[in-house]
Amino acid sequence: MADLAASSAVSAEIVRERISGRRTDVGGRIFEAFLLFALLASLGILITLLVDVLTRGIGVFIDRGLDFVTSPLSSEASEAGIGQGLIGSLILMLLVAATAFPIGIGASVYLEEYARDTRFTRFITANIRNLAGVPSIVYGLLGLAVFVVALREITGPDTQGRSILSGGLTLAIVVLPIVIITTSEALRAVPSGIREAAYGVGATRWQTVRSHVIPYAAPGILTGTILSMARAFGETAPLIMVGGAVSFLATSDRGVIETLQGKYTTLPTSIYQWVQEPQRDFIELSAAGIIALLVTILLVNGLAIILRNRYARRW
Amino acid sequence: MPEGGRQLTVKDQTTAPVEAEQATDEGPTIRLMATETYDEAEQIAPAAAGGAEPIVFADSEVVFELDELSCYYDAFRAVREISLQVPRNKVTALIGPSGCGKSTLLRSFNRMNDLIDGARITGAIRYHGVDLYADGVDPVEVRRRIGMVFQKPNPFPKSIYDNVAFGPRVAGYKGSMDELVERSLRRAAIWDEVKDKLKEPGTALSGGQQQRLCIARAIAIEPDVILMDEPCSALDPIATLKIEELMRELKENYTIVIVTHNMQQAARASDYTAFLTMGEDRAGYLVEMASTQQLFTSPENRLTEDYITGRFG
Repeated sequence: MADLAASSAVSAEIVRERISGRRTDVGGRIFEAFLLFALLASLGILITLLVDVLTRGIGVFIDRGLDFVTSPLSSEASEAGIGQGLIGSLILMLLVAATAFPIGIGASVYLEEYARDTRFTRFITANIRNLAGVPSIVYGLLGLAVFVVALREITGPDTQGRSILSGGLTLAIVVLPIVIITTSEALRAVPSGIREAAYGVGATRWQTVRSHVIPYAAPGILTGTILSMARAFGETAPLIMVGGAVSFLATSDRGVIETLQGKYTTLPTSIYQWVQEPQRDFIELSAAGIIALLVTILLVNGLAIILRNRYARRW
Repeated sequence: MPEGGRQLTVKDQTTAPVEAEQATDEGPTIRLMATETYDEAEQIAPAAAGGAEPIVFADSEVVFELDELSCYYDAFRAVREISLQVPRNKVTALIGPSGCGKSTLLRSFNRMNDLIDGARITGAIRYHGVDLYADGVDPVEVRRRIGMVFQKPNPFPKSIYDNVAFGPRVAGYKGSMDELVERSLRRAAIWDEVKDKLKEPGTALSGGQQQRLCIARAIAIEPDVILMDEPCSALDPIATLKIEELMRELKENYTIVIVTHNMQQAARASDYTAFLTMGEDRAGYLVEMASTQQLFTSPENRLTEDYITGRFG
């Protein structure tokens, strides 16, 4: 700069020479290479996993097609399928939606819109965030103690409490912190100006929350709840604790309460069972089950992304 | 330069910006500052030469009366012992440097500060003689009588119609909603621009239109008072002049209190001006309140003079 300004005659030649690059940024290059390596490593692991599962499991789909998706569990590998697991997982999802969503969304709306911002409420919020990081097996132990043992008379008198109701309630507790956190974030994304506008024309808190805050936060809440469903769908460990892995879902013509109190199996626990079988055929079955699981979760996540993009609001 | 109820058009503004900026309806303009004095009929007792001495209005003219009002956020005092009166059917401006508590003061007029945890007041605000912070006063009922327009236009992401209709709906309005919406939009001088697209979202309007929609929303609940918290700070000069023009029309029916950063705006659009500044404790206090003409032409306090002549703030 200074030398350019100093010379009275600034020619294009001089300027070009000064601004032409000849920098060798060794540290920058090394850092960039490391970042690229990190990306490729994680991608590589993922691709290895997918290729491995696909090569093992795709044969089952080619040989049996839809039969694999609809068949019940069986000790014969050639007849076993994920039909019961899919139905069991579906019922579990309904249970999670019916229990975790109202409670989680309600808790979140209370924390964000009603509770005063005190040290106590901040303490609660921080702890809910921590709960979201607790390993799900811990929730499985909780479910075992509470739903399977303590509430046996309600959750399944004939099945020692190892019922689909116990499993669904346990999964609901697993995803509850996630539902609360994502709902809170969606509520916080509604600008305070909107609340002020509603209060400013004489709306009560209930009118403000019902007519404005919740409707505007709904797309975000929906996305969060769908993602928590996907999480619950793939959860295995807590279900093993509360007895989902060792059972068969009885899909005879029983009433709702009997079904809820009855035994069950799910897609991930079916896979878990097959992996433990010694025969090679069952290993292929488990790989096929993983493919079905991945496709389902991918579909659910895709739905969440579509909904988010469609209804996302920019303030 | 014609005076009194003059309609400013966009053309005026673009072709003669300097003149337009000086125009007001009742005569007081910046260029008159040093030479002319005014005798205000409504002003019964002009401020004594003590500076912070409040001007006093006839009881029937007083809408708000502040009595040693202090506003706190937890332990921090944002506003210190302000006593003043706000007259009926006038535009009263609150001016002062950033952070001197103007907005806090304004938001205590309709108990908007109740929404902030830790906000509280001491002293009293009387609204037509009734203490707004007395036990048993419902802030929702207060806000249905004392409407508010905010700094940033904040229409609901709903249709223009629903934006205006929300307030009357929650208040249980029984009459014809269509008529009320039209009347409110007309009074806010935005009807002609939106009458063919009432079902379109209010957020799709331009900034100036959004703010007039917010004014329509505020007057749809047929309040007694409209509080405006820097309503033009996010708007361009043309939209600003439209809002100021609107304020002059609205004061026929409403009492208006406006917070503004813009001294020209206070001079153009208000009848009375209160100048606040902050002390060493960062608490805002009232330096002086007078008719706008008097405050801008012959301020009694040295701080006011320094501020309006641009020496600080």
